[in-house]
Amino acid sequence: MEPPIYWPSFFFLLFSAIACAFAVAVVLSANIVRMAFYLVMSLAGTAGLFFVAGADFVGAMQLLIYVGGTLVLLIFGVMLTSQDRFISMKTNSFEMGMAAGIGACLLALLVWAAVSVPEWRGLDRATAEAVPLQPTATPIGMGLLGVRVDAPDKSGYLLIFEIISVHLLVVLIGAAYLARTRQRRRPMAG
Amino acid sequence: MQPLLANLLTEPVGVSHYLIVGAVLFVCGVLCMATKRNALGILMGIELVLNGSNLNFIAFGSPYLRNDPGTIGLDGQLMSLFVIVLAAAEAAVALAIALNFYNSFSSIDVDRADQLQG
Repeated sequence: MEPPIYWPSFFFLLFSAIACAFAVAVVLSANIVRMAFYLVMSLAGTAGLFFVAGADFVGAMQLLIYVGGTLVLLIFGVMLTSQDRFISMKTNSFEMGMAAGIGACLLALLVWAAVSVPEWRGLDRATAEAVPLQPTATPIGMGLLGVRVDAPDKSGYLLIFEIISVHLLVVLIGAAYLARTRQRRRPMAG
Repeated sequence: MQPLLANLLTEPVGVSHYLIVGAVLFVCGVLCMATKRNALGILMGIELVLNGSNLNFIAFGSPYLRNDPGTIGLDGQLMSLFVIVLAAAEAAVALAIALNFYNSFSSIDVDRADQLQG
């Protein structure tokens, strides 16, 4: 008799199919507006993969920051620059073919490296079902504040958290300064 | 050592499967960066590459994929949070540069951005 379906594996297959198919669509599409939509779908599929791997907080942040924030920024960029001649820019087919060849070699190398370690093949079903459900929001929040409740011998991330916060602030101010509309200089009167 | 593709629906997946998906995302991102002529297309390629790396971090830290002392535990999730924030910062700056370039040259084609070329 066939063993019953292991649902996390099913959802892994579903989300990875979404993520990979739309990532390939991003590469193959020449229309920038469609590329933006395919990228949204690919990133959402990746968020689903995060959920399947047990990273609930990071998956939610992926949806909020990436799909909700970064992609909206990109779509604004697309809308601000979308004149007719820039919507669809074709790459010539020789370059596409060469890139496909190099990409296939790179992919083969990475896949070979990924499957070559026996410890990475996954647990058996009984072991995986015995792993307790571990919510991650509290340990992540404490880790960002410098206290590791999950592994007391490891160090926290308070300094990195501060650096990255200030970095984000500086970058956003700089981006706003860089993208401002320039005042046209008026000729001096008189 | 169990085979990689047999029993894909009835057995749990492992780190390898996640790494393969991450590799596909990475390669798609690199190809996107190499072949697109629109500056925003190149930005989208960078986002794909960062997502592939995030997926690897999550996979190496997940207790459901490999439950032994070799996992990096919660560090992987914290690292991927940092990567997400850095990606947001990078997208903001790159978009500002692209808009500036568009305002100056009325074009978003990166092949025309050759003023600094020697």
